Amino acid sequence: MNIIGLYNYWIVVLLMMIGFYIVIAHENLIKKLVGLSIFQTSVFFFYISMGKISGATAPILDEKWQLYSNPLPHVLILTAIVVGIATTALGLSLVVRIQEAYGSIEESEIQVQDTHDELENHLEAYGPGPNFAILNQDLNK
Amino acid sequence: MQLSPELMLLMTILVPALAVIGILATSHSPNLREGITLTASVILIYLVSSLYSIIKGGGTVILLSPDLFPGSALNFEIEPLGMIFSLVASYLWLVTTVYSIGYMRGHHEKNQTRFYACFAIAISSVMGIAYAGNLFTLFIFYEVLTLSTYPLVTHAGTEKAKHGGRVYLGILLTTSILFLLLAVIGTWYTAGTLDFKPGGVFDKSTSHVITGTLLVLFIFGIGKAAIMPFHRWLPAAMVAPTPVSALLHAVAVVKAGVFTVLKVCMYIFGLDLLKVLPTTDILLYLAAATVIIASLVAMRQDNLKARLAYSTISQLGYITIGALLATEAGILGGAMHIGMHAFGKITLFFCAGAIMVASHKTEISQMRGLGRQMPITMIAFFIGSLSIIGLPPAGGTWSKWYLIIGAVDSEKWLIMIVLMMSSLLNIAYLLPIPIRAFLVSDESEQKGEVTIKEAPVLSLLALSVTAFGCIVLFFYPQPLFELASAFLEAAGTHYGG
Amino acid sequence: MIYHYPVLQVIIPLLGAPLCLFIRVPRLVGFFAVLVSSLSFLISCGLRQQVHLYGTIVYELGGWAAPWGIEYRIDQLNSYLLLLVSGISTIVLIAAQTSIKKELPENRHIFFYTSYLLCLTGLLGILATGDAFNVFVFLEISALSSYTMIALGTDRRALTASYQYLVMGTIGATFIIIGVGLMYMMTGTLNMYDLAQRLPEVYKSKTVLCAFGFFIVGVCLKLALFPLHLWLPNAYAFAPSIATAFLAATSTKVAVYLLIRYIFSVFGIDFVTTSLPLHDIFLVLGLIGIFATSISAIYQRNIKRIFAYSSVAQIGYMILGLAIGTELGLTATLLHLFNHALMKGTLFLAIGAVVYRIGSSQLNHFAGLGKKMPLTMAAIVAGGLSLIGVPLTVGFVSKWYLIVALLDKGWWPVAVLVLISSLLAVIYVWRVIEWIYFSQPRIILDDVREAPMSQLIPIWLLVLANLYFGVDTRLTVGVSKLAAQSLFGVTP
Repeated sequence: MNIIGLYNYWIVVLLMMIGFYIVIAHENLIKKLVGLSIFQTSVFFFYISMGKISGATAPILDEKWQLYSNPLPHVLILTAIVVGIATTALGLSLVVRIQEAYGSIEESEIQVQDTHDELENHLEAYGPGPNFAILNQDLNK
Repeated sequence: MQLSPELMLLMTILVPALAVIGILATSHSPNLREGITLTASVILIYLVSSLYSIIKGGGTVILLSPDLFPGSALNFEIEPLGMIFSLVASYLWLVTTVYSIGYMRGHHEKNQTRFYACFAIAISSVMGIAYAGNLFTLFIFYEVLTLSTYPLVTHAGTEKAKHGGRVYLGILLTTSILFLLLAVIGTWYTAGTLDFKPGGVFDKSTSHVITGTLLVLFIFGIGKAAIMPFHRWLPAAMVAPTPVSALLHAVAVVKAGVFTVLKVCMYIFGLDLLKVLPTTDILLYLAAATVIIASLVAMRQDNLKARLAYSTISQLGYITIGALLATEAGILGGAMHIGMHAFGKITLFFCAGAIMVASHKTEISQMRGLGRQMPITMIAFFIGSLSIIGLPPAGGTWSKWYLIIGAVDSEKWLIMIVLMMSSLLNIAYLLPIPIRAFLVSDESEQKGEVTIKEAPVLSLLALSVTAFGCIVLFFYPQPLFELASAFLEAAGTHYGG
Repeated sequence: MIYHYPVLQVIIPLLGAPLCLFIRVPRLVGFFAVLVSSLSFLISCGLRQQVHLYGTIVYELGGWAAPWGIEYRIDQLNSYLLLLVSGISTIVLIAAQTSIKKELPENRHIFFYTSYLLCLTGLLGILATGDAFNVFVFLEISALSSYTMIALGTDRRALTASYQYLVMGTIGATFIIIGVGLMYMMTGTLNMYDLAQRLPEVYKSKTVLCAFGFFIVGVCLKLALFPLHLWLPNAYAFAPSIATAFLAATSTKVAVYLLIRYIFSVFGIDFVTTSLPLHDIFLVLGLIGIFATSISAIYQRNIKRIFAYSSVAQIGYMILGLAIGTELGLTATLLHLFNHALMKGTLFLAIGAVVYRIGSSQLNHFAGLGKKMPLTMAAIVAGGLSLIGVPLTVGFVSKWYLIVALLDKGWWPVAVLVLISSLLAVIYVWRVIEWIYFSQPRIILDDVREAPMSQLIPIWLLVLANLYFGVDTRLTVGVSKLAAQSLFGVTP
């Protein structure tokens, strides 16, 4: 066992970190979803490479082969892939709706509009009070 | 129709609770609504009196529920101290109801249905406290009492009332959740039981550090006993309509506090343990300080209800002192003072309310010469004051007498001096009010044109009855004395031995 | 038939969900959903009865024996929670009939009920299954359907809330599968029971520790443990009221179950205590969480958000119970799990009824409702008192057991802190009560009436449950104790 021998895990970790970073750092909602997908994909790799035994083949009974890879992780990851697709699809459709509702998919712009909503609720409820100026300032930033 | 004693006990709690339903259902017809309240209070008096005759005959009434809550159940048991408390509360509920009909209508108060409903819940929980057979049951009804009186305090719905309500609830819930609940659970954990037992529940081997801490938690946790520094809720509660201040904040709620103190001291700790605990003395002097400081503060209040509130704090201190002196005479005096102070203070509050309704005066400085306008009210006020001070011919004399004997018995001279001094202070802040009302004439009013203008008849009737009660209790204190000594016996000791 | 109960429990709502799409008539769909949910409630009653009589039930899916096939394992703990989840779901669905009609446009009703039933499937599945990977699948079923339900909320902020939840939830779920994968690597099995047998051999390996770490973080994201709770307040505030009531009462509870299940039945309490300072972490996070979120709750202006933050605080109490690490502590956690579901169900349903009538959950719009909707408001008061832990309510029972457990452990300063924190609950609950009863109306309330019967009945069912289980604790405490004992390996 050496560091290079575990290269598959290095790739997994690398992909995971890239995905995670994108989710955290990017403001664009679509890019965040891309990051999330990469993050999930790293786990798929992890499962698939885990079941692989070097020099082994798919588990089909044949006299030529003695060594078989473990098929179970592969099967499991099929389920996870389906879940991942569903998540991405749902996420994308949410982004579409957000674009319709806010006219933007940039997180900061959405936040400004949310503050605006808060302000309106606040005004309707309490009238322009001392907090009004503060909220208004936030809005104009 | 003859009910079994157990059923009667249950009914004392259920009757006011059922009255709530009736009150809510008849909210559109004030006469019917008040009729229901009155009927319920009469039935309650009948029930409590019948129970009294059973207890007097040496009987016991116990009501056990199945063990719903592991380790503790909702149990009820009538013992003499609870009998005193329930008798006082039930009789005064009837009187107060009569009074409040006059007051609430005379004052054109809003939300009267809510008022009567919450009042009935409060009485129901008072009965629960009085007859609680273990600490757990007592704690439950104690909390219900706090919550049911909150809407009464904030009745007016003004900012001031809301603020008063916040202080009221804040202090009472804080103390009970933070200290009392911890004390109850701590007791349960240490002693393994929450039942009231003569001589206390703690094992001899239990460390005094633990029991001493628990005692502190109990005394502070029972915020309703208004030991300083947790007394602020009582003046804050004075924003409530006067009948509420009268029954609840002079009788039911505060008495629930000192009642709990007495019960805990006698049945959870026991006199023997109390005597040796290191914290007892500290708390005793704290109570003594409360008595003096509250009296001094009372002198400076110009608002009549505020002055009475501080006077109540000081008088509650007496009862706590009685309990913490850990002598038989002290307990006897404390137990009797529950009844005596109740009659005296409710009279004073009724008078304060009557003055407010009839002449719209709330400040003492405005009350000069009022005696000619409201002679009956002011005479009643005078009698009530005598009872609070402890002068004959009013009932308060007896209880104060035993309290002082208790202090002498335990050779705590400082406490004795405090009790005497406080009585002097009582004279100084109570008696000038009726004296000025009669002897000094109001310069602003023209002479010779004073007409008698008393409060509504119902209110007047109520305050006369309680003032009369104060005098009766002086000449005829036996029932109270007997119950108080029976309480000592039930707790495994006796007076005069 | 009885033999198949464990799987029917999950299959019935699973089949019910697509059937909703076929029925198409909105009114019928609502009715059908109630039917499905009550059917699964009845089954869970049957299961509870069976477990009570015969002990743990093991069901092999498709007849495949355990380590290869998927196994459902119903014991003291999950039979109790199955009962809770399916029961709350049914009650909430009854109230949904009118509430959803008002809050959502008609063409979305069917989707709402479909995702509701799917979410129910997921939650019941997590509870019933004994297979580690199967947990992940059900977790995602329930999560995806919750995202959908939240996004159905009318305010546009519901969309961003749902998106945020989706991102956080997916990260959590991915962490969980990483944990499961690592465990599989070390043991070659996914069956929880089997895992528990084989893991001790490899306790020392760093991989197991790593698996455990990933798993805990993932689950804590799902159960909104402070500071991983950021997705929760907005999600609860902007979702349709019915969805909030259902999710608040059940979904975080199921995540707590998952945590308990893995700590006790899979990894084993010995491993957990020796490998990681988990108890300390839970103690600190639980306490900070309770205080920080209770204080946040005090400053909220939307009543849904007040109680959403309060939910996070209540999760803190459950985690605190776990942190004690004794049987008593676990009992307190399980009790609170049940009791908190009742409280939050009541509160959010009652708030839903207000939204139904006045279309808002802003706190100041509640002013004056004490007169207009007395029964609904009384329910909010009852739920609030329960949150504070006033005697005669379930909240008191939870608090009692938590304090006893803390004293038993000798952690009396923590007990004092817990009591202080319930004073914070007094503040945020009382702020609501003052608005309701002692303030002048801010909006025109002339045509506001009491909530319809179809909402009042479920609300008051829950209120009565709040009071009943606050007095008669034999069922809840008894079952919690049994479950805690069995988890600690003491045969009752």
